[in-house]
Amino acid sequence: MNVIGVSVARNDAQEKVAGTAKYIDDYAFGNMLYGATVRSSVACGKILSIDTATALKISGVAGVFTYRDVPGKNSVPLVFGDYPFLAENNVLFYGQPVALLVADSEETARHAARQVRVEYEKAPAVFDVLEALKKDSPKIYGDNNVFKKYDIIKGDIAKGFKDADVRVEDVFTTNYQVHCYMEPQGMVADPQPDGGMAVYGTMQCPFYVHDAVAAILGVSQNRVKIVQTTTGGAFGGKEDVPSVVAGHSALLAHLTKRPVKIIYTREEDFHSMSKRHPSRVEIKYGAKKNGKITACSVRYILDAGAFSTLSPIVLWRGAVHSAGPYDIPNVKIEALAVATNKVPCGAFRGFGQPQATFANESLIDKLAEKLSISPLKLRRLNMLGIGSETATGQKIEKSCGFKKVIDTVVEKAKWDKIYLPPEKRSGRVKTGIGVAAAFYGVGLGAGGRHLDRAGSYVQIQKDGAVLVAIGNTEMGQGLLTVVSQIAAEALGAPYDFIKVMLPDTTRVPDSGPTVASRSTLMSGNAVKNACEIIRRNIDRTVLGMAGVRKGASYKGEVCSDGKNYFIKGAPKKKINYFELVKKCYAARVNLSSNGWYTGEEVDFSDVTGQGKAYYVYTYSATVAIVSVNTETGEVDVKKIVSGHDIGRAINPQQCEGQIEGGVMQAAGYALTENLVLKDGIIQNPNFAGYLIPTPDDVPEIVPVIVEEAYSDGPYGAKGLGESPMITPAAAIANAIYNATGWRVYSLPATPEVLTALRANFNHGRRHKICTERKKG
Amino acid sequence: MAQKINFRVNGVRRTVEIEGWEKLIDVLREKLELTGTKRGCEDLTCGTCVVVVDGVAKRSCSLAATKLENTEVLTIEGLSSGGNLHPIQKALIDAGAVQCGYCTPGIVMELYALFTKNPNASEEEIIESLSHHLCRCTGYEAIMEGAKLAQSYLKTAKPS
Repeated sequence: MNVIGVSVARNDAQEKVAGTAKYIDDYAFGNMLYGATVRSSVACGKILSIDTATALKISGVAGVFTYRDVPGKNSVPLVFGDYPFLAENNVLFYGQPVALLVADSEETARHAARQVRVEYEKAPAVFDVLEALKKDSPKIYGDNNVFKKYDIIKGDIAKGFKDADVRVEDVFTTNYQVHCYMEPQGMVADPQPDGGMAVYGTMQCPFYVHDAVAAILGVSQNRVKIVQTTTGGAFGGKEDVPSVVAGHSALLAHLTKRPVKIIYTREEDFHSMSKRHPSRVEIKYGAKKNGKITACSVRYILDAGAFSTLSPIVLWRGAVHSAGPYDIPNVKIEALAVATNKVPCGAFRGFGQPQATFANESLIDKLAEKLSISPLKLRRLNMLGIGSETATGQKIEKSCGFKKVIDTVVEKAKWDKIYLPPEKRSGRVKTGIGVAAAFYGVGLGAGGRHLDRAGSYVQIQKDGAVLVAIGNTEMGQGLLTVVSQIAAEALGAPYDFIKVMLPDTTRVPDSGPTVASRSTLMSGNAVKNACEIIRRNIDRTVLGMAGVRKGASYKGEVCSDGKNYFIKGAPKKKINYFELVKKCYAARVNLSSNGWYTGEEVDFSDVTGQGKAYYVYTYSATVAIVSVNTETGEVDVKKIVSGHDIGRAINPQQCEGQIEGGVMQAAGYALTENLVLKDGIIQNPNFAGYLIPTPDDVPEIVPVIVEEAYSDGPYGAKGLGESPMITPAAAIANAIYNATGWRVYSLPATPEVLTALRANFNHGRRHKICTERKKG
Repeated sequence: MAQKINFRVNGVRRTVEIEGWEKLIDVLREKLELTGTKRGCEDLTCGTCVVVVDGVAKRSCSLAATKLENTEVLTIEGLSSGGNLHPIQKALIDAGAVQCGYCTPGIVMELYALFTKNPNASEEEIIESLSHHLCRCTGYEAIMEGAKLAQSYLKTAKPS
């Protein structure tokens, strides 16, 4: 290997540190207008009238438009398509787009949009999932407010619990999490002479945006071109909602025949863009005295908000993983995505799993305590390994480094030296250590099997420089760099001469979304495939030059050291890469190719929830060490060791960056990120009120990479992006318990939550002492 | 009411017509087309818009343009000369501190102001100055490493 497993410098870092990288708000088109969105000021209601007179009188305003001006379909194309680009007769959440205003400056557009008067007749709203599930609740969706329900049934759940010696059950809840990508949402739409539209912007999934723009304009897809611009973070928050922003800017550009830019303010972004779903998880485990888990039942409820958007898919992933990374013979999972009159929730790194993992990993600790088995031993006893079965009855057949992950993080965290049971912890500020483990299905799996493919186009140009087109996006995670490394390795070309372009939908076929830790695997393999086709032409030329005649079945294997080609066994007779490219061009040898990759087949029954849900899994475990101030309820995270079996680290430095960043997002989720809603309206739509981690909060983070190669992955790689977000919050909650004896049932565990737990704990202890005294 | 201000940006004397409500960031991005300075929050909380004004790191989203008369403003565009990266920029790359890059220009300028004033800033002082900056990608570890690496690069860099 020449450049695989090497921490080469990111190939987009230079322009980013120099400030020359162009994000969408850095683009200006000639004759450009600016759009702003008029949003619902009520959580649920009927639109009675829209008065645009005052707004239209403002100098510079070019128009105000509603759903009536949509030439195509007024529905954001996604799973169900229930979310309109612009509200028609009703609004279902505060902040829902109602009308669009366009003006000659951003200030004018935003100011004038506030002058559009919309009159509503308020309707009864529902903000809580349990309320929404009641028979007499106001109905937002269907006759029961359930967007989607999944059942997973394995074995005999009643028997599983009957056979158990010990049973534990609890209810865990989590709040929203906001992505807080540093670059807000934004798009520029540029009308094309043929009646089509080019749209540029910050996004994760250009092909979703492609579908959306074609739909709202009612034009064929070959007249729509979507180009991703340098994207300032996404984390799932730019998966589906950029379709709304792009649809709006395209509509305005179409109606005004001028380029239109829409950039969201931070507050607008908070109010209207997707979030991590709040959750309620009712979970129960049963186990034998020896620690073998016999049964797990889960009721997993996601608060989806007013429209279904990606909720059915998030629900599916969360449900499939919700029993935990354990081999359990009897499982029953019921999963519900429930409609409420709040902002629609969608994709966020981890995609339904952090919620479920907080619940199952907290309860596993409780089970361990009840069994008087160490939390590590209980996990080791039940964890998935080669030959064991997931909750969906899928046999793990390949690439499973789970044991090594757990062993390594435990060792690096010095668990044995730090662990003490809670009752032995003393002092005002107490130390605690906790662990959590998870598995993660790479890619879309059976839930999105039709989208799980990727294309590429690779060409070696005359000077030897390589241009690569892919369909997955760079949003900070390092994909351009990793794909460059894969192309360099497969072609035998120097890494510095590879350029991977940001996606443009006219260059490569629909490669699915850039989500689910799928892009190294999907785009990596699609590029590798194209490079291997080119390599066959190169190898033939090398062999021809060495005198191996055509028809002589080309004996000899051509190798590369990254600068030169040579025939195996004759490393001294080299031909320089650039010389070879010249020869190929002179001999009219094709040095370009398309590439394609589809994931392995999956096989899943939606009726029983049984089958091969994903083709491969990553495995992770995190140990957290915290100190808890028992007076104030403040938690200080001291150290996090987070380990991940990702198959192969193409670029270890970038992998460590993914782990460190994910761990801090998860620490925020666990402790400080607390979105407050009142009557469906977000009360803290800014960084001053919604507290994401700052440099002051950073503990010692120890990233651990385990490489259990995946035979179908590019050079053995599986994927990484999501995994670091899944376990740390649960590990922190377990560490808080270990320090204090206070079991955290809801996230975030703010000082208020912890001081309330302390009060309950003290009350419980007094009660126990009194009862024992009475007995005595 | 429009008014004219004279100030220096990246060493070049500029005269710009401004409106009373405009902030430094508006002047830089819209009037001078220096888009390396980013908008992230507009309420003084994220630090993506930090530039150096008379040697001090300032959030350009809150600095009134009317107060710029005779000031010396340095933006990210003024830092790398002739295509050569400043040691702080190089250090952030080497430490793996760049992911999406949106917070990067602000952090570079913050560190520039800090290290110009105090090349031997302690870890606490670095954290203190960076605490005005949000980064959602890196978890800050690599940024801290990059800052320390920058200090060593600055010490070994030849004076230009």
